[in-house]
Order: sequence, then structure tokens, then C-alpha cells
Amino acid sequence: MEKLYDMLLEDIRFEEGLKACMNCGVCTAICPAAEFYDYDPRKIVDAVQARDDDEIIRLLKSETIWYCGECMSCKTRCPRGNTPGFIIMALRTLSQKLGYFTESEKGRQQLAIKRTVGENIFKYGYCAATYAVNPKMHPEQGPIWEYILENTDDVFERLGGQINGIGTGPLRKIPQEALDELKKIFDVTGGTEFFELIEEHSKRKASEMGLQFSSEGTDNEYFVEVYTANNGSHNSYEI
Amino acid sequence: MNSEGKKRIWSDYQKEIADDHFFYVRSCIRQSFFPGSEQFFLNLMRNILGKDVYENPAHTTCTGIGYHSDIVPSATIMTVIARHFALMKESGYKNIAVSCVTSFGLYTEILETWKHFPEELAKTREYLFKATGREFDIPENVAHSSDIIYKFRNEIALKAKNLLVNIKTGEPLRIVEHIGCHYAKMFPKSGLGGAEFPNVLSGMAEAWGGEVIDYPERRHCCGFGFRQYLVQANRGYSVSNTAKKFTSMKPYKPDMVLTNCPGCNMFMDKWQYTIKEMEGETYGENGDSIPILTYEELAGLVLGFSPWDLGLQYHMVQSEPLLRKLGIEFDSTDKFKTKDGRQMPVPQNLINS
Repeated sequence: MEKLYDMLLEDIRFEEGLKACMNCGVCTAICPAAEFYDYDPRKIVDAVQARDDDEIIRLLKSETIWYCGECMSCKTRCPRGNTPGFIIMALRTLSQKLGYFTESEKGRQQLAIKRTVGENIFKYGYCAATYAVNPKMHPEQGPIWEYILENTDDVFERLGGQINGIGTGPLRKIPQEALDELKKIFDVTGGTEFFELIEEHSKRKASEMGLQFSSEGTDNEYFVEVYTANNGSHNSYEI
Repeated sequence: MNSEGKKRIWSDYQKEIADDHFFYVRSCIRQSFFPGSEQFFLNLMRNILGKDVYENPAHTTCTGIGYHSDIVPSATIMTVIARHFALMKESGYKNIAVSCVTSFGLYTEILETWKHFPEELAKTREYLFKATGREFDIPENVAHSSDIIYKFRNEIALKAKNLLVNIKTGEPLRIVEHIGCHYAKMFPKSGLGGAEFPNVLSGMAEAWGGEVIDYPERRHCCGFGFRQYLVQANRGYSVSNTAKKFTSMKPYKPDMVLTNCPGCNMFMDKWQYTIKEMEGETYGENGDSIPILTYEELAGLVLGFSPWDLGLQYHMVQSEPLLRKLGIEFDSTDKFKTKDGRQMPVPQNLINS
């Protein structure tokens, strides 16, 4: 196999994100993930810049690369112009390409994101849409959200929305031709193949874990497991 | 005094914003959670400021939430955004007005990437043509829709019906502004005031009579964190970061929070509800929670529009305490009515109501 470090270098975000790290730790100081997870972006950047493939493979299978929230606060503050968040994005992409993401609890969650946000893109042409935010999966949205879902047409009409309507306006129906173009872009640029890879590796892992898996939807044991499982070992201090 | 040096330094923090003829691209989150805000922006631009703003129904998501939760490859999102540029070119526009901070961050990131890696631009052109037969031009001007409201903030102030002043005390309203990480932390030159002196929201708040509060965690993330919210098991990250921000702002007694990013607006609203349910903790005065407003909603109130036509009743944290401070008269019986005046059911257990 090609050296993992060289595979990371093929990702322009990695090339942009890593110049030379002097281990000052400013990224960790500013990082919202480091605040609440056992997470230290400085250590990850340092490990990667050592170009040690054993260390990189450990990261690709780890929980730690999935803790970042991609707020990119680190980009503003790094005195050497590195972007630890971009390095994380390159590591996460490689972890999925090689199937290592299913080795960690946090990595396995990629299936849940693909089955929700990913499917929304193809079905509706939106990453998120009112009708796709299910109160059972989002109790934090509170009673107003259930109300909006029960009265969507009236709420949208009052506010000038165009829910599922033809033409312009908030939450208009995206024309089928536009959805077809979106799908074609995914096909041509490797997006569809990437979705398939997430599915394929997740299916394998589900079988390994002895959990029921179905090829679509959220109503199967493996989806519920990856969407909700939290073994409690991701942060060691109380808030 | 020779101020040339100072002018040169500050020029790094300025941003050119087009004056007219915008191609408007909507936000998945803003149109799903705050449709009244996007519609008010169009109303303000077209009917109050007399500007030309066009939207194309074939515009889709930029896929940014998928990209930042690492399921969408970079070549894919570059080509999806190139398609938006193609729609803009075909519609005859050169200035793009973006409703979403995540999308705005991505437009700026991708334009910057194409400068550093011209071969990526060439590859994107090929991909787009192969997938759709479309061709695109690089936009001449990229603005977040808040940048545009900022540009016209003084015109709005001249037409104001309600200034941001507490009518009981005569003091300016105390406003927390939250600009959202992806507005200027990644590419500071793309934001008004850069990452160090962001002025997009504070400029509006001050022009309309308010006072902006500085507090320790002013620039901390709202807590979204993409996958850290999207997956239920991770939401402790999201709510904890929000709690950190609110705990930091509480002693400064804010009357409201003004947001730039629709995601931040939704989280800072909904997590206050969650924290109250979980811990019984609230961050406003007298046990109230703090109303969270988009810049469109605030501009609408300043210009005298009904809070119920702007959609303030569809937040979890209700805005009545703020409306009373501003002395805005509102008709409670109109709050949950349809466009044609039919009474709707009244939702229960909202906050501040």
C-alpha cells in the first residue's frame, strides 16, 4: 500500500493545513472540542508531521480524530499558519476511504450522518429541511418544533414561505432537473462512491457486531446503535 | 497628525460590498427555521431600499453541512458551488448574496483554494461541464446578506420606527452579538472587521441605538460542531459549549443576542430551552431566557414591522420581554393566526411566555 502520509498529501486540505508545527498548543487552548473532550489537536498535528505511518494508522482508527467540531477557530490563531481543522478533515476522509472509521464508536457515526443529511441532499436538495427534522430524533427542538411540524403550511404561508411549492421562496420544491444535476455531480466527482463506501464498511461492521442492518433508513439496530451509543469514555472531567 | 499608516492598517479590515444587483442564495437552516427572516431580507432590499435581488429556483443546498460532517468530498462541494456560480452567470448577475454563514465560509474557502491550486479550478470546470453542461464565472463580489444590511444600516436608521433603547430607563439596549465561526475565522479578509474586530453586527446594533456588550467568551463557538450536533450521542459537546457562552455573558445582563449565522441562532434559542429543562438554569433577567434574533428580525423590528409577521413567535424563547423594553406595541391575539386571519392552536410551554 502507498504510504499513508503520501495519501494524506494528496488531499489539498492537508497540503494547505500543515506547514510546520512548533508545538505551541495555541490550537488546543482555543479549541471548543478540547474544552469538553479528551482532545488535543496539538498532539494530532505533531503525530502527523512525524510522518510515521504506524502513528497515522492509529489515528485513522481512533476516537480522537472525530472529536473536532470544524469551527476552524484554530485557523485564525495558529502563529505558523497551520489549520489543524483541515488536517482533521483529511484524516477523516482517509479513515473512511480505507474503512478504518468503523473501528471507533465516534467514527461509526458517519453512517448516521450519511443516512440523514446525506439522504436529504438527494431526496430534497437540502441538507436540512423543516419536514426532515424529526422531533423524536431532536427532542432539544422543544414544543415549538412539534407545533411547527403540525402547522407547517399555515406557519410558512404567514411568513412568506413556499413549502413544497413551485418557483422561488423558502423551502420551495427543488425542481427534479436540479436534483438530477446534483446527483450527477456526486456521480462525477466521487461523492456517490464515497457514500457507497460508508455503507459498505458499515454493513461489514454491523455483521461483525451482530447487529441488524438494512440498506436504507433509520429503523435498524445498527443505525440506532451508531446514532445513540456513548460509552462515556470520551471526556474525563465534569462540566 | 499623519494618519496614513493607520488608514493602511485599517484597510485590511474593510470589505467591499456591492451596492445593487444581487443573486440571492438561500440557507437550508435559515429557510427551514427562520423563513420570515429570508423573506424580510428580500422585502427590505426590493421594496424599502429599491434594490434588484434575484433568486433562481434551481439553486440547491451547497452541501456544506455534509462537507463539514465529512461525508461530502471536497471535489463534490466545489462542483456544487460551481453550479451555483453557473446559475448566477446564466441569470446575468455578478454579485452573490449568501444567506448562510456555513455556505459563505465555503464560498470564500473555495475561491481561495482555486487561487492556490489553479488545477483544482480547472478540474472543477471539467466536472461541472461533464455533469451538467454548464459553465461558470468567478463572482465579482461575495457578500453575506448581513454585510449588505450593514452597508445600508444608516439608511435603515433614518427610517427607524423603533430605536434600540429601553423606554423605561432611556438607556441603550444591551446587545450580545455573535457572528459565527465561519464568517471570518477562516478567511478574515472576507468578513467586515476581519476575525479581530468583526463589525458586521455591532455596526448595525450601534447604528440603530443599541450598546454592544463585550464579555470573555464573545468569540466562542455557539456549539454546533456539525457532527457534534447531528448525531444524538454527541450533543453533550454542543450544549456544553452553548452553556459556556451563556454563563460568560450572563453577568453582563444582555437584553438580547443578535446572530449572523442561522445555525447559531437556532442553537442559542433551542439549547436555552434544553438547559432550562435539564438544569433549571436561565440566563436572562428575572428567570427569563434571552431572546435570540436574526439580523433580519432586528432590522424588521427597527423598521416597525409586526414581530408576528417576522416569525418571532416561532422561536422557543419568546420575545415579549424584549418587545416591552423597546416599547413596541404588539397584538397578542394576532400572534398565532394564519395569513388570512384564522386563529391557529396556541402552542404550550414556550419560554418567556
